[in-house]
Amino acid sequence: MLIAQVALRQDRDAFKSLFQYFGPRVKSVMLRAGADHEFAEDLVQEVMMTVWRKARLYAPERGPVSTWIYTIARNARIDRLRRASSQPYLDLDEIELASGMADGEDRAFASQRAEHVARALDELPDEQRRIIEYAYVHDMAQSEIAAKLELPLGTVKSRMRLAYTKLKGKLEVLK
Amino acid sequence: MTILHHLDQTTLLRYASGDLDEAFSVVVAAHLAMCDECRRELRIAEDIGGRLLEESEMATVSDGAFSRIMCRIDEAEASGETILAAPPIALRGGKQDVPSTLQRYIGTRLADISWKTVAPGVRRHKIALSTPTRSALYMLKIEPGKAVPEHGHGGTEMTLILSGAYRDALGRFGPGDLADLDEHVEHQPRVEPGEPCVCLVATEAPTRFKGIFSRLLQPLVGI
Repeated sequence: MLIAQVALRQDRDAFKSLFQYFGPRVKSVMLRAGADHEFAEDLVQEVMMTVWRKARLYAPERGPVSTWIYTIARNARIDRLRRASSQPYLDLDEIELASGMADGEDRAFASQRAEHVARALDELPDEQRRIIEYAYVHDMAQSEIAAKLELPLGTVKSRMRLAYTKLKGKLEVLK
Repeated sequence: MTILHHLDQTTLLRYASGDLDEAFSVVVAAHLAMCDECRRELRIAEDIGGRLLEESEMATVSDGAFSRIMCRIDEAEASGETILAAPPIALRGGKQDVPSTLQRYIGTRLADISWKTVAPGVRRHKIALSTPTRSALYMLKIEPGKAVPEHGHGGTEMTLILSGAYRDALGRFGPGDLADLDEHVEHQPRVEPGEPCVCLVATEAPTRFKGIFSRLLQPLVGI
């Protein structure tokens, strides 16, 4: 696994492969979240720098590499684009790592879970999927999504709930 | 600790997608620190982000981007200090009744908090945030048997119980329980007999009350 090579040996070729795969995707997400090109490049540097620094802390039993990198990008977005604070997220990560809170889940479970989530996302009706994308990719607040789609806030919330319930339903088979 | 009241699903998705300000994310993170079940849910909600990142189209990254990051890594390492993150050390033991994620905001012990009386039987401790926000974050300590006047909310309100308990129309809320209420909910909590109820509260600044009088009342209605 590329991330393991970066973690164990600071392998630069492995890191380059990760950069080539995730860098352009992180940039695309930052652009859609409202960053201009220069800022998005900056954020890619910051996110990938964190991937290099924290590779040893990546815990496969918590989820796939893409989920981990997504959380790093989300935290950068909270700090730099929203000017809020990702500190509570970092503190929560830290205590999970320190206390080995894997909740009895293992990496096989984590990767199966992610596959089910992926499949369930593909099967979501457009109107639910769009709301999820606005929130996760375009970094829109619920109220902004409601305004953009000209829907009451309550409808946006109930569509989010429906989407999430559907995703969770797909995971029942794993239990 | 048996936790009965959890994060609302939309709150979970807002946290996972980064849509909460500091006040609310502090409350959510503190609940997550206490609740295995919600942490498992968070993994699912974050997998959504991972999947959407993978599916994302690829923007053009400037030619020198990779060598620039390697230069930064080389420079940082040439200065002699390691930039690699160290694994976090195990949690400190001892007398702690504050969830770890909250310790940087209020210290490690509830007994050390300095309170200010805001109403008979109700004490408050305001928590300073590091980023600008329209929301407020504070601790409340309410005496046993005390009822808080029935109130609606100017906006979303989130309350995490740290010790003691209260009861309202939605049930009993004890340590670790989270009351995740939106603006439409009206409730009248009464603290259970025995010990005071200490809780962490985030409130959105009420938008409908703007007058001076309401601002004076706000310590009460903002509960």
